[in-house]
Amino acid sequence: MSANRGLWGARTVPVEQVIERLQAVFTGLTVSVFRGQTRVVVDVESLHELLQTLKEEHGFDFLTDITCVDYLHYRDATDRFGLVYLLANTATNEQIAIRTFVNDPEPSAASVVDLWEGANWLEREVWDMFGVRFAGHPDLRRILLPDAFAAHPLRKDYPLQGRGERHNLPAVTRADG
Amino acid sequence: MPRTASEHSGNLVHDEPQPYVWTMNFGPQHPATHTTLRLVLKLDGETVIDAMPDIGYLHSGFEKLGEHLDYNQYVTITDRMNYVSPMANNVAWHLAVEKLLGIEVTPRCQSIRVIIAELSRIADHLLCLGAMGLDTGAFTHFIYAFNPREQIYDICEALCGARLTNSYTRVGGLMRDISAAAIEMIRAFLKQIPNTLRDMERLMGQNRIFLGRTQGVGVLTRREAIDRSCSGPVARASGVTRDLRKDEPYLNYRDFDFNICCAEAGDCYARYLVRMAEMRESIKIIDQAIENLPPGPVNVGDDARQILPSKANVFSTIEGLITHFELVMTNRGFSTPCEETYCATEAPNGELGFYIVGDGSQTAYRARCRPPSFIHFALFPHLIRGHTLSDVVAVLGSLNIIAAELDR
Repeated sequence: MSANRGLWGARTVPVEQVIERLQAVFTGLTVSVFRGQTRVVVDVESLHELLQTLKEEHGFDFLTDITCVDYLHYRDATDRFGLVYLLANTATNEQIAIRTFVNDPEPSAASVVDLWEGANWLEREVWDMFGVRFAGHPDLRRILLPDAFAAHPLRKDYPLQGRGERHNLPAVTRADG
Repeated sequence: MPRTASEHSGNLVHDEPQPYVWTMNFGPQHPATHTTLRLVLKLDGETVIDAMPDIGYLHSGFEKLGEHLDYNQYVTITDRMNYVSPMANNVAWHLAVEKLLGIEVTPRCQSIRVIIAELSRIADHLLCLGAMGLDTGAFTHFIYAFNPREQIYDICEALCGARLTNSYTRVGGLMRDISAAAIEMIRAFLKQIPNTLRDMERLMGQNRIFLGRTQGVGVLTRREAIDRSCSGPVARASGVTRDLRKDEPYLNYRDFDFNICCAEAGDCYARYLVRMAEMRESIKIIDQAIENLPPGPVNVGDDARQILPSKANVFSTIEGLITHFELVMTNRGFSTPCEETYCATEAPNGELGFYIVGDGSQTAYRARCRPPSFIHFALFPHLIRGHTLSDVVAVLGSLNIIAAELDR
């Protein structure tokens, strides 16, 4: 079984050179490869600078996705939240995933809306679902859930079933309108 | 002449009395939104100064459910994301799961998955273009487009028994092999669909009303498309040549001869043209795939303990029985690595990817979906500023927002 036959959309373009150049500038990067996909773990302090370098010097101009994972019940996990930035280079098709960890009580990372406009709603969704703040975001409101919603439901300590938050939401009757 | 947003942007403070600026609510239940989404529009006369999308009406916690349903069960949820092309979502989900588990499906399965993904693309584009015509005042166009969609539903029914919520794929293969009858139906469909496309093109391609309402409306430049994470037909209509079927060929897309369809203008009409051309390329792909369907099994072997064996195997062979128990018992199942992986496919609407975190158990620890509709709807205020109220539906239609995927 070879991982590189391209069945799952092989990342055929190697990014070793990019990694080497990054490691010359940034310290403390952890690089791993799984099924042809390169992941880099970076401190949350250097996150914005690393992403900016990748965009401006290495041509990673396409932000595929921003997402978050709550590692509350994950085996051997030491940090609470992991943020994942998936980047692509539209000219060379290089792919890279940047990960960073943020922790309670005030999980927060620098916003990348100044680098990619597409990050706007993606960061709002992460805030909505996980309660991770993005410093410098122009409009960090809830996006899918109503503003009066009290919790962040994709956190692992939020139950799948239960009464939910509906009883907390204000009921608007015809008389109020 | 549409006014530019910059003429107004200085005046958009809510406290100031502005008798000439109207605030209008659009949706969530409006025929032209097609699904449940809401826009709050700021109007100066008929000109839209600003639009504030308000979404979440269909939020159903799909990603939370993904953490509680196992890898084979969750496919039923993916059906309900983009319900216009559920098969494409099935393929995307199980491709991502197989990448995590390290399962390589058989050549026959790859070809069938390509066929169903491309049929979904045609179905999705037909609905999008049909509805786009409907919104700009051409009802016949909509009916023309819906006729072949019915045939695609019939094909889905022949493949897996379900018309809308297909759940056709499984980890390591498919629910069942493609039947001879389904192959004949697909061949008949391939013969007929070019006529429909020609009819649609004759009806709309040079239609003055349609051109007037779509050309130069909602223009997205190439740089903006990349900056705002656009993918699929929306990006390609703006001159981005990115298509995952070519750039990161998954399944056996590299074996097929097809082109990537792009346009330069980036307006609603360009998105119409790109979708129209993409359907023709999809026909080419399906034609090649169906005529060169590899023989052999459709699922990975029962011995591999990677796919639920058929009931006949479970009851008549020891391998099938063991595999069934190994996968079904709660303390057994797939061997899942404690790893994270992202796998993307070129769905009809754009890049549909799943970021799956495995934790060794039978359910994903995190099942993130990268929804193209969500990312494309973020464009909407940018595209509509300075255009008129009637252009709202043209731009919405050209982005093909599916609210179930938008809100998940």
